[in-house]
Amino acid sequence: MFIHEKMGNSYTPGLKVARRMVIRRERRLPLKGEVLVSSGAKVQSDTAVARTHLPGSVELVNVANPLGVDPKAVRKYLLKKEGDKISQGELIAKNPGLFGLFKSEFFSPISGFVETVSDATGKLTLRKEPVPLEIKAYISGMVEKVIPEQGVVIKTYGAYIQGIFGIGGETWGGIKSAVSAPDKVLDEGNLNESFSGMIVFGGSLVTLKALQKAVRVGVKGIIVGGIEDQDLREFLGYDLGAAVTGSENKGITLVLTEGFGAISMAEKSFQLLKESEGRLGSIHGATQIRAGVIRPEVIIPYSEEGIPENEVENQSKGFDLREGNLVRIIRDPYFGSIAKIVSLPLEPQRIQTEAKVRVAEVMLLDGTRWVLPRANIERIEE
Amino acid sequence: MKSEITSILATDCGSTTTKAILIEKKEGEYRLIVRGEAPTTVEAPVEDVTHGVLNAVREVEELAGRPLLENGQIIKPQLSEKGVDLYLSTSSAGGGLQMLVAGVVLEISAESAARAALGAGAIVMDVIAANDGRVPYQKIERIRSLRPDMILLSGGMDGGTVSHVVEAAQLISAADPKPRLGAGYELPVIYAGNKDARENVKQILENKTALQITENLRPTDKTENLTPARQSIQSLFLEHVMAHAPGYRTLMEWTDAPIMPTPAAVGIMMQKIAEQHKMNVLGADIGGATTDVFSVFHGIYHRTVSANLGMSYSISNVFKEAGFEKILQWVPFDLNEKELRNKIKNKMIRPTTIPQLLEELMIEQAVCREALRLSFEQHKLLAVGLKGVQQERNISDAFAQTESGETLIKMMNLDMLIGSGGVLSHAPRRSQAALMMLDAYLPEGITYLTVDSIFMMPQLGVLSQVHPEAATQVFEKDCLIWLGTCIAPVGEMKDKKLLAKIRLQFPDGKSEEMVLNFGELKAIPLGGKETAKVFLQPAAGIDCGKGKGASFETEVKGGAVGLILDGRGRPFNLPKSRSDRMNKLKEWNSALNVYP
Repeated sequence: MFIHEKMGNSYTPGLKVARRMVIRRERRLPLKGEVLVSSGAKVQSDTAVARTHLPGSVELVNVANPLGVDPKAVRKYLLKKEGDKISQGELIAKNPGLFGLFKSEFFSPISGFVETVSDATGKLTLRKEPVPLEIKAYISGMVEKVIPEQGVVIKTYGAYIQGIFGIGGETWGGIKSAVSAPDKVLDEGNLNESFSGMIVFGGSLVTLKALQKAVRVGVKGIIVGGIEDQDLREFLGYDLGAAVTGSENKGITLVLTEGFGAISMAEKSFQLLKESEGRLGSIHGATQIRAGVIRPEVIIPYSEEGIPENEVENQSKGFDLREGNLVRIIRDPYFGSIAKIVSLPLEPQRIQTEAKVRVAEVMLLDGTRWVLPRANIERIEE
Repeated sequence: MKSEITSILATDCGSTTTKAILIEKKEGEYRLIVRGEAPTTVEAPVEDVTHGVLNAVREVEELAGRPLLENGQIIKPQLSEKGVDLYLSTSSAGGGLQMLVAGVVLEISAESAARAALGAGAIVMDVIAANDGRVPYQKIERIRSLRPDMILLSGGMDGGTVSHVVEAAQLISAADPKPRLGAGYELPVIYAGNKDARENVKQILENKTALQITENLRPTDKTENLTPARQSIQSLFLEHVMAHAPGYRTLMEWTDAPIMPTPAAVGIMMQKIAEQHKMNVLGADIGGATTDVFSVFHGIYHRTVSANLGMSYSISNVFKEAGFEKILQWVPFDLNEKELRNKIKNKMIRPTTIPQLLEELMIEQAVCREALRLSFEQHKLLAVGLKGVQQERNISDAFAQTESGETLIKMMNLDMLIGSGGVLSHAPRRSQAALMMLDAYLPEGITYLTVDSIFMMPQLGVLSQVHPEAATQVFEKDCLIWLGTCIAPVGEMKDKKLLAKIRLQFPDGKSEEMVLNFGELKAIPLGGKETAKVFLQPAAGIDCGKGKGASFETEVKGGAVGLILDGRGRPFNLPKSRSDRMNKLKEWNSALNVYP
């Protein structure tokens, strides 16, 4: 259930990092089709679970004009009717002309079929052959539920790390570390051919050169604390406007756990990845921050530990901040630092900008105390 | 509904926050009592808008200290201290109303259709037209991939050619588009084109879509008839779109008047202000994701929405559109591009954070100036006279070379600027809001500056349809905050040269004479309820509103900032050198007491 919050209160969903949890992912076709696996079946990331055919693209062609006939009369000259199959270059309409003079013909520009004929415009809608589409399981686990003609729900048990931002689509591979500590920079020198096909994790920052080398040696994905926005721009070849990503086709998937700039990866995330080295993990970089938030994720199944029967997926719903909670500071000053809440004053206080906001008094790991807007901290789920 | 309304509850379900206000009649006058807010709950995991509404109302209940809810419902009507007499709501949750617009000629029917959709409160996802430069299959792919909430199809003058608009209907049919929310219903399509093509359009679209036919929105080249199409959009918005959004069916049962798209309600308020004060009005509502711009010039209302210009979700797009230099030009301290880029992206991915450091506030306010400027540029392109009209010209027109399609927004004719949205309404100092608006819009001559105190124009807009008296009283007393009047002479001179002589006569009878030199910005204290007489004597070639060099006397209103004298020149140019520019920014900031 939703938790009621007071105005300006601490609605801080935080990013989910769980050592073990039940994870479900729905794999649904965009259109109705055929489900290829049955309930209870074990699947791997690359198992095809459902397939369909996407309708082919459409061409609208004017037949009346080249035949030199009135649009209303166009049907009379057609050699094909609605629903008929056609091939590219096939004669589909013909005007015999007068006594064989001035005759004109029309050949199909595509292979497919005739969808509609318009008497008002003299145009034909031609549709290309359907395009097959297959969806994969994405994570290894068990088919929990079959949604007839539409897809499946895959259930697994394992480690889960939610990222803050990413690029690139779904991919999977062996988890492998490239740096020794969460505050280390992942540079090109940290990568070689042995990382091919792997999901590589780094520390505080991935450099542009490291990203480029990763693509060259065939790294499938990178999980890292941050990236310089200038480097991301260079890598993508364009400046990112709206935060809607996932369809970039750069040969790699990138998951940032902290943000832009060099920010040490959260200790817990780094340790979780470290202990999962050598296992198979699945990641995606899709991020959508507006309406219907989507964040990138890292899923590392530990299926051999067995999936708890009744455990519901532990979803992050936001919760109150309390004294003693560990929090992450998510804006300057101290961006990226971990702190503990010392007190939560009830009354709003004036901050440096002169805005009156609700604040939290926190203690950094070095023992220093600061007062920060509650909007600028997020609770670390423990 | 009770005959005498003594209490009103109104909510606005935004894409991130649901805001509730409680209005009560006290001593014969309607006043805002309290406001509350809670996160909107249209998305997973809750997926029911009423939860957010109830949470926001619960906060109002706590703050007002009297019960408004019982068994998860709003108590109506009010009985002694319990409940309210009237409940209303607006909504832009789930991304608002997203529409696709199709017409025949981009500059004629398609543009009119876009105006109709925007005026009804929609976000226009794309405009499809015969001459939009795309080949049919590209258009079909586009229509199919967009998944709009609704399509508005127009084209052809009444009695004119049928085939073009029928072709547009065929494109829609071939794409077989599906609605954004839920697959269980047909996509609403409104046909507002050539009446002679209605039967053809029916044949093509009736079986595939929820087709509604209404009057042609561009019946002749000289006339635009947008009202019937706008009404159809709003009724279909309720019947089809809202009814399928999670929890809205229940919310619709609770409200005493139809739920209105948020921007449509704000538009109503803007038109009322313009009508009431007989003024030309320009308003902007800058949110996290989008910026809406409204204008009423000579009684003609326009609204545009810049779907990707905003202060959090869309902040990175403002940077992309404006460019590093444009943002930096407003920042009065050194900052490198690498640092600024990271800061902007971090705000985008963590949109609910707020600036704690003064420098960070200055950066956000610099971005705000550019977001306002860019959305205003887009507005000016659409707030134009009808294109494709053969104009009769007289001698003076021939000299001025006016063309059809010229923008209706003339800054010298603007009387009032209204700013709304968090970055303006909640700026720690009112002078920050004033200067952001001055820098973004560069008003000319004499202009009143105002802000919406806590962004309640949506609720007041829908209320004005049901209870105009209450809406007006709350608007005047509790909503609109007068920042002051700006006097901005038009013309250019050398720095520090005399731009205008000014004599002020204050309400207490005292008078003061002063000079405004080129490049200066000044604020003269003048309270919110005060007015002063101003005698303006511009230098030769300088126009304060009545023509070059023309002196005149007028009355100005005060406000939280006072009387602002903007001698920075129009056109406005910032100094080219970085150090000169920073010095100027600091000088202006200090003149208006903008930052601590």
